[in-house]
Amino acid sequence: MTMLKQIIGSLELKVFCCKELTERPVVGGYCGDLLSDVMANTRAGEIWITIQAHPNIAAVASLKELTAILLANGREPLPETLQKAEAEKIPLLGSPLSAFELAFRLNRLLATNANRAEAHPS
Amino acid sequence: MRPDDRQSDRVPLLKQRWEVQGGNFITAGNVSTKIKDLLKEIQISPDLIRRLAICCYEAEMNIVMYAGKGSMTLEIHSSELVLIVEDQGQGIPDINLAMQEGWSTATEAMREKGFGAGMGLPNIKRNADKFDLTSKLGQGTTLRVSITLT
Repeated sequence: MTMLKQIIGSLELKVFCCKELTERPVVGGYCGDLLSDVMANTRAGEIWITIQAHPNIAAVASLKELTAILLANGREPLPETLQKAEAEKIPLLGSPLSAFELAFRLNRLLATNANRAEAHPS
Repeated sequence: MRPDDRQSDRVPLLKQRWEVQGGNFITAGNVSTKIKDLLKEIQISPDLIRRLAICCYEAEMNIVMYAGKGSMTLEIHSSELVLIVEDQGQGIPDINLAMQEGWSTATEAMREKGFGAGMGLPNIKRNADKFDLTSKLGQGTTLRVSITLT
């Protein structure tokens, strides 16, 4: 199982809020900037990679029980977004990398951890 | 089914109504979150909550984007969850067209924020067991969806 904290360290992500909530498992990821697409296709426990930085992303993440939102391309959250993410207890992360690069690195990390777990079951 | 049974199922075990403010993108989604929290509290199964949450969010965003104001009512019956969404917006001229995936009347500003993908109503229909949409031009729209309790 990959924890959010490990992903933050490994991908050198900035934590905008909810640093105390990073001991959460991550089951996968999803890239998308259309909110209805994210509502329709994400699963609980995933990280959502997006360039949308307005407050409504926190509502979507909360309703779908996503583990965190990762803002790509160096996007910064609006103050209202930070406020709403904190209220909804959704960690808001950031990186200067593109969504493509972040998805690749995240997928590689999740796959490596899954392979390790398979090779050395606890 | 006996007539009495049918009558008793029409009276919800619980009914709650929330106002939704049109045009306010900051608070958009708040009612959906409240409905989801309520369903969790009464221990509705996670899959049914997930489906109803999608219906709620998409319907709430439609009020926020297209209507001055509206309301969302949740009814919990012994056999189903019912969501009734009413608004006093401009109405939908062609419901068949509005149901087509990708069709949208959202403004450019809404699209830039990731809204108005033309997926809202199809998303609702996909997640509901029963779907009924009626609209009158210049008066408003009423959506009624239900999800069968398993």
